[in-house]
Amino acid sequence: MRLIALFAAMTSLVLSSVAVPTVAQTPATPPAADAPIEGEVTEGVIRPYPIAIAPFSGPHGADIAKVVAADLERSGYFQVIDPNAFIQRNLDVSVTPAFDAWRQINAQGLVIGADVLDADGRLRSNFRLWDIYGQQQLLGIQFTATPENWRRIAHKIADAIYEKLTGEKGYFDTRIVFVAESGPKTKRVKRLGLMDQDGANPQYLTDGSCQVMTPRFSSTSQEVTYMCLGDNYARIYLLNLDTRRQERLGEFNGVVFAPRFSPDGTKVVFSVERAGNVDLMMMNLRTRSTSRLTSDPSIDTSGSFSPDGRLIVFNSDRGGSPQLYVMNADGSGVRRISQGGGRYHTPVWSPRGDWIAFTKQAGGRFSIGVMRPDGSGERLLTSSYFEEGPSWAPNGRYIMFHREAPGVNPRLWYVDLSGRVERQAPYSGSASDPAWSPLLD
Amino acid sequence: MKKLLTAAAAVLLIAGVAGCTTKPKDDGGPGGPGGPIAGPGPGADDGIDRDTTAPIPGSEQDFIINVGDRVYFDFDEYAIRGDARPILDAQAAWLNRYRSVRVRIEGNADERGTREYNFALGGRRAAAVRDYLVSRGVDPSRIETISYGKERPIDPGSNEEAWARNRNAHTAITAGAR
Repeated sequence: MRLIALFAAMTSLVLSSVAVPTVAQTPATPPAADAPIEGEVTEGVIRPYPIAIAPFSGPHGADIAKVVAADLERSGYFQVIDPNAFIQRNLDVSVTPAFDAWRQINAQGLVIGADVLDADGRLRSNFRLWDIYGQQQLLGIQFTATPENWRRIAHKIADAIYEKLTGEKGYFDTRIVFVAESGPKTKRVKRLGLMDQDGANPQYLTDGSCQVMTPRFSSTSQEVTYMCLGDNYARIYLLNLDTRRQERLGEFNGVVFAPRFSPDGTKVVFSVERAGNVDLMMMNLRTRSTSRLTSDPSIDTSGSFSPDGRLIVFNSDRGGSPQLYVMNADGSGVRRISQGGGRYHTPVWSPRGDWIAFTKQAGGRFSIGVMRPDGSGERLLTSSYFEEGPSWAPNGRYIMFHREAPGVNPRLWYVDLSGRVERQAPYSGSASDPAWSPLLD
Repeated sequence: MKKLLTAAAAVLLIAGVAGCTTKPKDDGGPGGPGGPIAGPGPGADDGIDRDTTAPIPGSEQDFIINVGDRVYFDFDEYAIRGDARPILDAQAAWLNRYRSVRVRIEGNADERGTREYNFALGGRRAAAVRDYLVSRGVDPSRIETISYGKERPIDPGSNEEAWARNRNAHTAITAGAR
């Protein structure tokens, strides 16, 4: 069975030369036009695709190969072969590999590369992806960037390999915003954290004087929105990651929370509590005008836009218990979509539009699950003593969330859409409320 | 909180038997804490010597020890429980006596729920307490409310007792106390 058949939608990828501000990409030779490589799935168990990634030659060559290997391994669909097992070594990037030597160590794919520093000081990284069994080159691309952006090059290489071999868009050249937690539960310090999706470059963007909750990335700009809770206030903020300028959004009587960007980045949907009633509101970020979306006496919170911006899914207990509802972006046409027993929370629409992820609470346990936008096809992907807060990778195939247990601080975890890959995320600190950025650039 | 209660216990020891009005340890299980033990109110002249560490009438300590600053809720509920009414009645009476005092009602939820929904639930609990106090004559302009959701538990435990304690609304004095 094909590796790519594990994914709901299969699209063939056409690699093109795209000029991007930070990392430039050009095909070194035209890629082979064959269909994606076949992996194997037997009885629901993934047999990962064995791939060999040789250290690249030149500056940052070993580092780039390691980051590429770690990205692919973390996806759960690749088994990276130990370089110590390689028979053929120090392969020049422009040379055809000795396929027998790679078949002997059971490699199905091979990545070789070379880095050089150009005269203008930029780092140019050139790699090839070889199909060992088909004995043909699948990819040949080169990326250029300033040398300090070598990690971005590595993630773009990993994305290109992942796309070619799975048929899915990559998700490695992304960042995660999250809440970094410290201190005792009764006096928890919660700061806004930012890191590469592989855990590199962690930074803390707030000082802990208020407790940060539920941050979200814009999908169109380098902006984050989040709520911060102080002793006598709860406000939502907009933070520009490039300028580090932070501004408060709006002034309201009552607490404000749960902010989310619209897909076009021009609006924020959020929740306001007044006199015990919690409703969804919308703010236009350009004009700063606000409008009310719901006016039910129930709790209406955790709004999330569909990727086309026309619909909003949200969490409401208007029917007596917390469930998921969908409405038009103007607040009309409210209908319930969650159908199972139990309590549903934190709905998040996939960037591909095909699923809505949620947190479900039932029988004393918490689960991350997905359902179709009409509520059908509900599947639980994970389950534990406590977990919540799903966030989609931009390819709509991975979900990050947080999990905790008695005596165990919250940690970031991720799961893939099949539910077969479930792992702790590569951030070792205590953390919650992750939100995934779009692909960078 | 613990330090205030230790001082109260010390006062009880020094002042003797029935003199002081004290409040039992703020340990609200599902049954809820009791109200103040019956006895003369603060400032009563009954001939018993009081230690000068007794709470000053109209002070924050007076409110916490002699009235009770926290009421508790059932799971996923924001209705004022029967056992909370006497405490809120006492809060209203105290606030109606000391009219310069301003308060902030902080609504809290236990950890067995998601962050945003529990934040909303805390807001409902704070509003329910505020509405009750207003219905007992307290001017609403003296009361602000906020939710802390599940973010500021008073009990770090992960068991039913801890969760019951963490489902509460706390009346914090923000200004005007002696």
